[in-house]
Amino acid sequence: MIDPVALFLLLLSASTPILFAALGELVVERAGVLNLGVEGMMIVGALSGFAAAYHTGNPFLGFAAAAGAGALVALPFAILTQFLMSNQVASGLALTLFGLGLAALFGKPVEGVKAPAMISGPLGLNWIVWLGLLMVPAIWWFLNRSRAGLILRGVGENHDAAHALGYNVRRVRIAAIAFGGAMAGVGGAFISIATVLQWTEGMTAGAGWIALAIVVFSNWTAPGVLAGAWLFGGVTVLQLRLQAAGVRVPVQLLSMAPYLATIIVLVAISARQKLSRRAGGTAPGSLGQDFHALR
Amino acid sequence: MIRLVPRTDTPALLQIATPILAVLATMIAGGILFAIMGHDPVAAIRTIFWDPLFGPAASYSRPQLLVKAAPLILIASGLAVGFRAGIWNIGAEGQYIIGAITGAAVALAAYPAEGMWIFPAMVIAGAVGGWAWGMIPALLGNWFGASEILVSLMLVYVAQRIAAWMAFGPMKNPEGFGMPGSRNLQQYPAAANPELVAGTGAHWGVVAAALAVLATWFLMSRHIRGFHIRAAGIAPRAARFAGVKPETLVAFCLGLSGALAGMAGLFEVAGPAGQITDKVGVGYGFTAIIVAFLGRLHPVGILLAGLLLALTYIGGELAQLTMNLPAATVQVFQGMLLFFLLGFDLLTRYRIARRITA
Repeated sequence: MIDPVALFLLLLSASTPILFAALGELVVERAGVLNLGVEGMMIVGALSGFAAAYHTGNPFLGFAAAAGAGALVALPFAILTQFLMSNQVASGLALTLFGLGLAALFGKPVEGVKAPAMISGPLGLNWIVWLGLLMVPAIWWFLNRSRAGLILRGVGENHDAAHALGYNVRRVRIAAIAFGGAMAGVGGAFISIATVLQWTEGMTAGAGWIALAIVVFSNWTAPGVLAGAWLFGGVTVLQLRLQAAGVRVPVQLLSMAPYLATIIVLVAISARQKLSRRAGGTAPGSLGQDFHALR
Repeated sequence: MIRLVPRTDTPALLQIATPILAVLATMIAGGILFAIMGHDPVAAIRTIFWDPLFGPAASYSRPQLLVKAAPLILIASGLAVGFRAGIWNIGAEGQYIIGAITGAAVALAAYPAEGMWIFPAMVIAGAVGGWAWGMIPALLGNWFGASEILVSLMLVYVAQRIAAWMAFGPMKNPEGFGMPGSRNLQQYPAAANPELVAGTGAHWGVVAAALAVLATWFLMSRHIRGFHIRAAGIAPRAARFAGVKPETLVAFCLGLSGALAGMAGLFEVAGPAGQITDKVGVGYGFTAIIVAFLGRLHPVGILLAGLLLALTYIGGELAQLTMNLPAATVQVFQGMLLFFLLGFDLLTRYRIARRITA
């Protein structure tokens, strides 16, 4: 019999990359920007974090580097969508394709080397896992209780009104995009530094896209993101357990589970949002729209 | 100070000029990247963009141009139709993989029968497979409001795993000495998709790509459905009032692009690739998104853009051999190209004017 506590701890670890990425994207989307580049920012974070951890021997410096790299690689997306009024869907896709290529290009030198060991925190869990859990109430507080969060939500809900009130829509959104990049970077680095312990091309394997789905699932709230991330952590752990237990189902089919679960959950939650008759569910009002101030 | 003034219409010259500007900017930025990596930038750019066509080994690489361009053009033609209506099928890679599997399944089931019907049946099966895979996000979107972007993308990962399962399980070659991968269809004449004219690289996929360009041109500029698609993209509310059902368009666009991507997968697996392996998907479905944008979502533009991106694939392989550049270079190039393209697009939608200080 499997110890449920041990299983829950595994779940916490498995959900951490998606939790970081989805919390970051939550803030970005609450500011009214749809960034489909999460996968690209995660893989860049996974590589730069791993490389920094390997060269300095300090995994925490690795995570710091991953946050920086994630924010930096989101910059072209910010310029395109905020200054050049480019389509956000296409720009986000471009960011994903660019990030995947960039990471593959610069990842060659660290292929096959091993990550330095992490010092685990309470309950034998990685400190980054704890940081991720801490980010949930922090972001909830920021969005719902702080003045800056109120402005950010205002920009996301109706950018013309926020602009008329004198808030700098672009500045708020660029800051949000950079934050989203940093969070995705840390999430990606968790995969390379703390889970797989090495760098392989394309190792994020769709986690960024799952994170995007979780933001929809969460109804654009921080606790909802946590619930979503745990759900997927659970599916992942269960799937790995079944593989280890030698269930008579081909490995390739078992490993579909997280993606199929994403689709099922997305369908269920979209159906509920559709029923609630609020156009677009509780999505921010200006989500995905260009902002161009004529005055 | 400068300011941006929205344009009411775009000069035709700018429509053509912006993709060219984007390609030039990508070459310059790529050159800088190569210089940083310690390679001669001019030599690298020449290897990627010039040598495949006119270099010393051009007679080998030139036929590859059509081989690589055909799937890109076939997929992008379908994607562009949906993009015009704001319907984002970004899972063409998955539809391509499923089309390859369902098409190959017909051949593997018929083996070793001979007959003129086998190849056409495979093409139909490939198209149906891709269509069905594309209809999943369409129906989930129409019935439950699930995002077609996320569902179609998730289905890429599912399709990749189905391909791996097929290669290691049901479709494994019984005479393959335990190696993963299906029978090689190139060695099965009734199912093979060979070069039609020696030395050109043209196989049936090239014919299909040419037909797809013609058909989508007709659809978009001469058919009422194409008019509806364009109307829905420019003014969704107005289109709805005019009786255009968004659900119908979603199903049509995802189904069409799925079917074309599925056919592309079939032509590839019966021809250049030869067999179902766990690496059936080589990224054509994603690159085709860039092709669609570079071609300004116009069939003729897509034809040219497909050829150009095919060139970067071949040039990238050449640069790998002769200059020892990593394979991912081309991916970075393609990503940068899309960035620049989207950036320069500003010029088509806005006019730059001096700000008059009051």
